Amino acid sequence: MIGEWLDIGWLEQIPVRGSRTVPVEGGEEIAVFRTADNKVFALANRCPHKKGPLSQGIVHGHSVSCPLHNWRIALATGEAQGEDKGCTPTIPVKVSGGRVLLCRASTLKAAA
Amino acid sequence: MDFYGHDNVEGEVAVDRVDGLPHLVVVGNGMAGCRAVEELLARDAGRYRVTIFGAEPHVNYNRIMLSPVLAGEKTFDEIVINDRAWYAENGIELVVGDPVVAIDRGSKRVTAQSGRSVSYDKLLIATGSDPFIIPVPGKDLPGVISFRDMKDVDAMLAAAAQGGDAVVIGGGLLGLEAAHGLTLRGMKVTVLHIMPTLMERQLDEAAGWLLKSALEARGQTILTGADTAEIFGNGHVEGIRLKDGREIPASLVVMAVGIRPSVALARACGLEIGRGIKVDDHMVTSDPDVLAVGECVEHDGNVYGLVAPLWEMCRSLADGLVGQHSGYRGSVTSTKLKVAGLDVFSAGDFSGSDGAEDIVLRDASRGVYKRVVVKDDRVVGAVLYGDTADGGWYFDLLKKGEDVSAIRDMLIFGQAYAFGGGQADPLEAVAALADDAEVCGCNGVSKGQVVACIEGGATTLDAVRGTCKASASCGSCTGLVEKLLTLTLGDGYAGERAVKTLCKCTSFGHDDVRREIVAQGMKSIPEVMQKLHWSTPDGCSSCRPALNYYLLCAWPGEYRDDQQSRFVNERLHANIQKDGTYSVVPRMWGGLTNPRELRAIADVVEKYNAPMVKVTGGQRLDIFGIRKEDLPAVWADLNAAGMVSGHAYAKALRTVKTCVGSEWCRFGTQDSTGLGVKLEKMSWGSWMPHKFKIAVSGCPRNCAEATIKDFGVICVDSGYELHVGGNGGIKVRATDLLCKVSTEPEAMEHCAAFIQLYREEARYLERTAPWIERVGLDYLKARIVDDDEGREALAARFHLSQSFSQDDPWAERAAGQDREQHAHMAHFMPLAAE
Ligand code: SRM
Ligand SMILES: Cc1cc2nc3c(=O)[nH]c(=O)nc-3n(C[C@H](O)[C@H](O)[C@H](O)COP(=O)(O)OP(=O)(O)OC[C@H]3O[C@@H](n4cnc5c(N)ncnc54)[C@H](O)[C@@H]3O)c2cc1C
Ligand code: SF4
Ligand code: FES
Repeated sequence: MIGEWLDIGWLEQIPVRGSRTVPVEGGEEIAVFRTADNKVFALANRCPHKKGPLSQGIVHGHSVSCPLHNWRIALATGEAQGEDKGCTPTIPVKVSGGRVLLCRASTLKAAA
Repeated sequence: MDFYGHDNVEGEVAVDRVDGLPHLVVVGNGMAGCRAVEELLARDAGRYRVTIFGAEPHVNYNRIMLSPVLAGEKTFDEIVINDRAWYAENGIELVVGDPVVAIDRGSKRVTAQSGRSVSYDKLLIATGSDPFIIPVPGKDLPGVISFRDMKDVDAMLAAAAQGGDAVVIGGGLLGLEAAHGLTLRGMKVTVLHIMPTLMERQLDEAAGWLLKSALEARGQTILTGADTAEIFGNGHVEGIRLKDGREIPASLVVMAVGIRPSVALARACGLEIGRGIKVDDHMVTSDPDVLAVGECVEHDGNVYGLVAPLWEMCRSLADGLVGQHSGYRGSVTSTKLKVAGLDVFSAGDFSGSDGAEDIVLRDASRGVYKRVVVKDDRVVGAVLYGDTADGGWYFDLLKKGEDVSAIRDMLIFGQAYAFGGGQADPLEAVAALADDAEVCGCNGVSKGQVVACIEGGATTLDAVRGTCKASASCGSCTGLVEKLLTLTLGDGYAGERAVKTLCKCTSFGHDDVRREIVAQGMKSIPEVMQKLHWSTPDGCSSCRPALNYYLLCAWPGEYRDDQQSRFVNERLHANIQKDGTYSVVPRMWGGLTNPRELRAIADVVEKYNAPMVKVTGGQRLDIFGIRKEDLPAVWADLNAAGMVSGHAYAKALRTVKTCVGSEWCRFGTQDSTGLGVKLEKMSWGSWMPHKFKIAVSGCPRNCAEATIKDFGVICVDSGYELHVGGNGGIKVRATDLLCKVSTEPEAMEHCAAFIQLYREEARYLERTAPWIERVGLDYLKARIVDDDEGREALAARFHLSQSFSQDDPWAERAAGQDREQHAHMAHFMPLAAE
């Protein structure tokens, strides 16, 4: 049986105000973020500007600042904030029983 | 044995349906069970005959008041909700100290531990929750308890009577109330919390920090990020061991890490269970004759751990039982901490989701932090610390979903302000203040005094600060004083803000922040944000790295670096490249190298398939295209050849360029290479406001380009010319000559003093060139050249700081520290079929 959700590990494995990555075979790497208030978000690990690895940015509030040119991306929508325009795909994610779960279908879509 | 048809037992019980009324049996004599019965009685007292089973040997008491009982503020009798008389008056049969152990839905009977068995027409399960016990060795030792009922309180009081140490595991609501009570009862209490901030589910980082400081001030030890490995003791608990090896002695351990709905009984009789017993909007389970209410239920995917939702559930339940249809729709909850003198409130969603806007008010002198989250003109969440008077008002606005756009500007000041006298804007509110209203709490200056001082000619903020001292201390009233300037001077007041603020999260400039960090002894980022009234809950990518640096500089050896406040390069100790790979630059002291190092670099390039290796403009080699995951292995290989990080990524010392100097060069006057190596060994690893480069040239031909470096040395026959403030970057600036010295040790001391002055006084991301243009060469000369004692003190401070920072970050990573930063969390390989 293939479940709807992919279990990728414990919430504690993601640093607070930080992120971890999940490479997808044959597809795009996913960045999973944990904010100061312990919310979890998942985005393609790719800035809409020039593909900077968002997982390596500084996380503040519910945004991440891209490490390459400092665009600010909203974690919930993947949209660039302020003057900048562009959007990175988001992947539904949830925490259940302390485990972080990624939506399988969206993860696959990101891989395609 | 078959309980259900057992005749002997049956004979002992009051005969069912004695008065012809349907029989309602309640399992659980707690807050929800009894309230449900009260609600039912209020609607139709004659509808059911009621029997209540309770596992505890008590009448129904107010569980939430166990905390005040523990703290000694209340007695058990004072917290009883329904006394014996109430049960008798309402004809309720109460069976205490006898838990129900089985439910047979087929024959509609329940059986208790004693064997007592009764049949029901309607059954109500209200078994509450079970405390969660973390599965560590030693969890069953005597002296390890939870905090759920009166028995636990008795155990705590007995332990406290002996004095000694207590450990509370869990820094949530329950744990903190237990810790508070035990502290008041004379125990030395340590709270262990696995998360970085206390009560993280109800509070944000800022409020959590305030709470922690307040509890510490009351003598508790609070360890966050503390993961329990084991509870140990011989026959009785003696202490606790953390995963990091620390041991904490304890004669009492209270586990308050969470609760789980108590569903065992319901599960055993085949009711539908999710996280709790599944119920509909009238609290009916999957069996129409069985109801459930309280913490043991799951409604619409939610379970609750507070009483307010239970009251709402009980109303819908009773409505359903008497055939009225209301229906429970779920609850929004708010939280208050019941610790005397600490006011904490939170409600709703304060995670700042998309489109939500934070309004933050911080009043450091009163220890107040308020944050209201507004989305689409509606309050969606609130966190209050220190002053919770308006908690109820915000909660009300939240529940009603009221449009707050009209009072948006005044919202954060609370209900009295927002509606008081109907002021439409903050300026009017300030105008309406009485003349003797205190404006500046630190210096006790009233509004009248500030206005008089402005009228007396103090027409700028600085002038006001200088004359009547308002806003001259903590600065929290700056906004008020500025409004008074506007009100008093009208168009004559142009506004200030000549000082560029650190970022848009604060009204303070860099220098103010640095000064206050030292003056007020602030030791953490949340503390600075609170005391200096940050307008955002956790800052931004501009201020976090700056604050991290300022704290690091102010408290060497003491401040713990915040990795998440660092730019990726400084977090991963390598330079990020446009394709997301990294470059690695090992240190080559003074530009010197040897076969062993070169061989190690060559091996790394081959082993990790680095696509390019290049000689940098800083006299060393740069290996490109290394994957994040491979970095620790690359470093381990380079470490093995004796090389350490070149900090090519850091706001720190980068390179020390040298020329060959007197050793070989026919013009060389001094050993420029040797001095360069010494300077690099002295200065590497130090965090600075920006990157810092040094060069030493052996004669004025200046082959090492020392006159465009932050600190440059030009060797001459009679000694060393020391140059400062050069920059070869975006805007080329040649150095200024600071002074000339005659010996190497003097050159080194001047260099150390210069770096330290730069570290202490420049603004974050300000290189030495713009810094010198700002403060002037004369100032530097006065501090470093003319003031011998001052220079020595600066150099001493630099060396002290260096004693804590010269650890090779690569070696630490290669040895496994923070290894996770480099590894993926998981890999996903879609199946072929997908
Ligand atoms: C590798 C190197 C070029 C090379 O191949 O030679 C280099 C490469 C980079 N330089 Fe540089 N600079 C390098 C020597 C220089 C020099 C020459 C020197 O140090 O003698 C200068 C001019 C001297 C100076 O700094 O005053 C120089 C002036 C800059 C500047 C402009 C600084 C300024 O104050 O205006 C930047 C941008 C910045 O720092 O914000 C910069 C930034 C960078 C960054 C870090 C860009 C970035 O932020 O990603 C480049 C990435 C390095 C990497 O991935 O490894 N680099 N850069 C040199 C590394 C030296 C080393 O061994 O550490
Ligand atoms: C120390 C403390 C402080 C709290 N502070 C607050 C607060 O400030 N604000 C707030 O909103 N909430 C607070 N709570 C939570 C609040 O007390 C609970 O939400 C509430 O008591 C839940 O009511 P309940 O009836 O579902 O469960 P309970 O009140 O626990 O009642 C369940 C009862 O069922 C009994 N029982 C279980 N199984 C059986 C069985 N098989 N047979 C018979 N009886 C059984 C139990 O012994 C218990 O007496 C606090 C809780 C504690 C422990
Ligand atoms: S310029 Fe440089 S290389 Fe030439 S003599 Fe002077 S020190 Fe030596
Ligand atoms: S790639 Fe992210 S800001 Fe340029």
